[in-house]
Amino acid sequence: MALSGMRGLSVFISDVRNCQNKELERLRVDKELGNIRTRFKNEKGLTPYEKKKYVWKMLYIHMLGYDVDFGHMEAVSLISAPKYPEKQVGYIVTSCLLNENHDFLRLAINTVRNDIVGRNETFQCLALTLVGNIGGREFAESLAPDVQKLLISSSCRPLVRKKAALCLVRLFRKNPDVMNVDSWSDRMAQLLDERDLGVVTSSMSLLVALVSNNHEEYWSCLPKCVKVLERLSRNQDVPQEYTYYGIPSPWLQVKAMRALQYFPTIEDPDTRRSLFEVLQRILMGTDVVKNVNKNNASHAVLFEALALVMHLDAEKEMMSQCVALLGKFIAVREPNIRYLGLENMTRMLMVTDVQDIIKRHQAQIITSLKDPDISIRRRALDLLYGMCDVSNAKDIVEELLQYLSTAEFVMREELSLKIAILAEKFAPDLSWYVDVILQLIDKAGDFVSDDIWFRVVQFVTNNEDLQPYAALKAREYLDKPAIHETMVKVSAYILGEYSHLLARRPGCSPKEIFSIIHEKFPTVTTSTIPILLSTYAKILMHTQPPDPELQNQIWAIFRKYEGCIDVEIQQRAVEYFELSKKGAALMDILSEMPKFPERQSSLIKKAEDTETDTADQSAIKLRSQQQNSNALVVTDQHHANGTPPVNQLGPVKVPSTSKVDCDSVDQREAQSNGTLTIVDPQPPSSASPDLLGDLLSPLAIEGPHSAENQSNHSLSAGVEGAAIVEEALALAPIEEQMNTVQPIGSIAERFHALCFKDSGVLYEDPYIQIGSKADWRAHHGRLVLFLGNKNTAPLASVQAIILSPSHLRTELSLVPETIPPRAQVQCPLEVVNLRPSRDVAVLDFSYKFGTHLVNVKLRLPAVLNKFFQPITVSAEEFFPQWRSLSGPPLKLQEVVRGVRPMALLEMANLFNSFQLIVCPGLDPNPNNLVASTTFYSESTRAMLCLVRIETDPADRTQLRMTVASGDPALTFELKEFVKEQLVSIPTAARAAAPPVPPQPQPTSPPPPTSDPGALLAGLL
Amino acid sequence: MIHFVLLISRQGKVRLTKWYSPYSQKERTKVIRELSGMILTRGPKLCNFVEWRGYKVVYKRYASLYFCMCIDQEDNELEVLEIIHHFVEILDRYFGSVCELDLIFNFHKAYYILDELVIAGELQESSKKTVARLIAAQDSLVEAAKEEASSLSNIIAQATK
Repeated sequence: MALSGMRGLSVFISDVRNCQNKELERLRVDKELGNIRTRFKNEKGLTPYEKKKYVWKMLYIHMLGYDVDFGHMEAVSLISAPKYPEKQVGYIVTSCLLNENHDFLRLAINTVRNDIVGRNETFQCLALTLVGNIGGREFAESLAPDVQKLLISSSCRPLVRKKAALCLVRLFRKNPDVMNVDSWSDRMAQLLDERDLGVVTSSMSLLVALVSNNHEEYWSCLPKCVKVLERLSRNQDVPQEYTYYGIPSPWLQVKAMRALQYFPTIEDPDTRRSLFEVLQRILMGTDVVKNVNKNNASHAVLFEALALVMHLDAEKEMMSQCVALLGKFIAVREPNIRYLGLENMTRMLMVTDVQDIIKRHQAQIITSLKDPDISIRRRALDLLYGMCDVSNAKDIVEELLQYLSTAEFVMREELSLKIAILAEKFAPDLSWYVDVILQLIDKAGDFVSDDIWFRVVQFVTNNEDLQPYAALKAREYLDKPAIHETMVKVSAYILGEYSHLLARRPGCSPKEIFSIIHEKFPTVTTSTIPILLSTYAKILMHTQPPDPELQNQIWAIFRKYEGCIDVEIQQRAVEYFELSKKGAALMDILSEMPKFPERQSSLIKKAEDTETDTADQSAIKLRSQQQNSNALVVTDQHHANGTPPVNQLGPVKVPSTSKVDCDSVDQREAQSNGTLTIVDPQPPSSASPDLLGDLLSPLAIEGPHSAENQSNHSLSAGVEGAAIVEEALALAPIEEQMNTVQPIGSIAERFHALCFKDSGVLYEDPYIQIGSKADWRAHHGRLVLFLGNKNTAPLASVQAIILSPSHLRTELSLVPETIPPRAQVQCPLEVVNLRPSRDVAVLDFSYKFGTHLVNVKLRLPAVLNKFFQPITVSAEEFFPQWRSLSGPPLKLQEVVRGVRPMALLEMANLFNSFQLIVCPGLDPNPNNLVASTTFYSESTRAMLCLVRIETDPADRTQLRMTVASGDPALTFELKEFVKEQLVSIPTAARAAAPPVPPQPQPTSPPPPTSDPGALLAGLL
Repeated sequence: MIHFVLLISRQGKVRLTKWYSPYSQKERTKVIRELSGMILTRGPKLCNFVEWRGYKVVYKRYASLYFCMCIDQEDNELEVLEIIHHFVEILDRYFGSVCELDLIFNFHKAYYILDELVIAGELQESSKKTVARLIAAQDSLVEAAKEEASSLSNIIAQATK
């Protein structure tokens, strides 16, 4: 029986099998594809047999993973063949080769419909199967009524009707509106009364699909489900062929119980009683038997019964019975049962009153954390996390910390976050909390996000009792030979603030503290250096009387970094150096940080969200979950409204964003020259929200929920997710959410930010977050859109259309019509730049969530500067080029007025940020800038662009600009582009600081604030 | 629901794929690559479920073949595990103690059978007997058409003699 019945096909398969390696296989496949292509070209000469044979070969090749990009038409055309053998092949191959989004499928709709309404039963079956497997929206709209008719028709045989039922499942999923038939619920109830169990099984699937959407209409089906269950569990009137290893259709039992879980409760006492009898029988009567299949089948039923019992919130007695069963399961040898025991115990945590019984199994669950099977370990971790409370936190967290050292890479991030959350939530005392977090950083520094260590700092700052202890611990970790950079950050910070509390201990003199911290200095990155500089300044301040040697050492460091290219470092070095010369006044300026306002931790908030996430995803808790997520939004709102005007960012409190720094540097420059003439172009009122957005985004302390959760949830998606997380903010006023869907954050700002970097959030609202990550190579670009559903319900009717300007050729890969709950889908967009232009491509995006239909048009960051590649030219290269491009249209000059005033250095940074690289020293006049870049497009290929800016130090609002390139269009577009950047600088890319009082503010209490981000920004 | 069904040999060769949710060719290849990497490397005494991208993949090894079905997180894993076994039993009955070679050379039959078992990612028929009967009926329809064709060509051949 080993031959296909088609000689050519069998020969081809053997040939492929005999290929020694992948290379030969590809050759053989290519040869065959060539052959098929030629044969199809001359279709007239093909017999039906040959056509069938080639189409099968195509499917085989497709299955092997090769691209089959032709011949779809031939497969589809077989569907309309008059004879069964051809038709059958056409249907099967089409449904395997194509998916619902394929254009060719449309061509077949009519034929398929004819087959469905026709009298030929076998044709009906084929057509229903195809539609059930790959039918899309269009099929749903044009075929649903016919399929419904078949399902309830009394003249159709069961084999057609059960296919019709499942076909409807698909059509309903694609478009829930197609089921609008009056009294359909009665029909549904009748279907559950059918004698044929094949029909009942399929109809039950249909019912599950219907009630998962809305159960209200289908109350009449509830008693029917119970009746089906009774019939099966008593084994009444169940034909032998429907028992599986002695169990009356386990699948139908599971489905019936699943359907019942979508009804909130069972009112009718009789029905309820009968159901509980059945459930009781299942719970008590399921034994572990030798036969694997019988065991699996009976436990499939048992676990579904458990879920139903939990859903119905049965009496306590039955609940504890369930927990007892689960306790037995998590200790059995059979890995499947162990896995499911842990999984269901986690679900059980949602039910009140059983936590204490579950806790009795803690030791066993901890053992599962060491199981050889990662699937089981994951479940054990989730369960331990869920069952943790004050009473057992110490034990569980310590176990998790131990596990962290051996856990596989993929689990560490999730594990770290969970440890941090549990430690904070249930810490019996704060020194324990500090211990845990420091251990966590020590063991898995790479996976500890900034907000975890920010949080420790907050706790230590707010609890005086804790400060000496934390300082001592930090000091101890510094003795280790190699420590993670995060550990350097946190210990340097804590020691800077509190090392003076340790002064009398051995090895803790200011000098010793300084030298042990400074030992790490050469190993850290630029993000840590500013913290270290602050620490040094604080150490100096605490050293009373001053130690001249230490002072000289630290001053030498400050001086060394006065000219650092990183503005943050530079500013701190300059300021601290100046400040530390003030002697006693330093005490006032650099005194201890004030306490943080009490507030909910971002981690805990994540935890709450994670809880809703790990909770039972099935129908049971769906509603309560949605309520939960609303509640989270409410807490956010508090921060949004409580945001203070951010004017505490004086130079002393060390602003954290370089943008603000530039301004303060400017001001100081201006000050020292005695001309305080800087005019802020933006009124402060509009500036402050911008500034806030800017300050908050890099910190992301109020961590967004969705993406972070995904990374908890599915670690594979987490990697990309995490990049997006950084940018996102979830500050949405609640009122707006109630009525219409409001974007979170400014769309325009997000766009501008993305013009200068390659990954970040493009758009976010309460339901969806769209991230983008781009990769640009010459005139090609690949922009991946990450569509993340933030909810526990799917997003439907998702549509994304790219409206691209004529100079861009774009191709967006398939966007699925629905995004499952909490899922993230990636849609790559290929971009080819044909010629220079500043026009922008627009993404027309829409989706439906519940009753909200949301449509947004988003500019895509495929802008001119993305096709720049930095190039630095030397004087020898520059001048000949500059001269050879003489005059318009290749070289254009313009005087630009109304320029936003900025220092030359700042302008240079701005240019560099869009890859127009400033070449220092080329222009003899220090007030001028010369920059160059290479522009790529299909028409121009790689083309050198040169720009010269001549500024007027007396009037920074105007300048003269000269742009040159080898292409007139490019020169023009580039000139306009640069002008746009100079004249109206996007608010998100640059935020103007409100005027800052020039003198340092001594220990004045910070303005009342409840906003964590702003405060932290000031802190760090 | 079942999002897709994969049959992969121990060497990582694909023997059958069926997709009930829309995946592009590229995604299909990627999914297969990822999952074979995860599943084929798992030891024999582990559970039959792996968690993958927010879904669960239920798999079982029969001789040299891995049968995999991808389902939603909240679906009943054991139920699906037994759908796999049910499928295998039907294949076994049809081919008469089925082996990998049967499925290689008669992959199209495997597709016919799967279509009688699962539609729209949901179980259609739980009676082996019914499925066997339907497949036999299909086979005889094809046979009948073949005979008819050959007898027709005989008649034509006779007539044109």
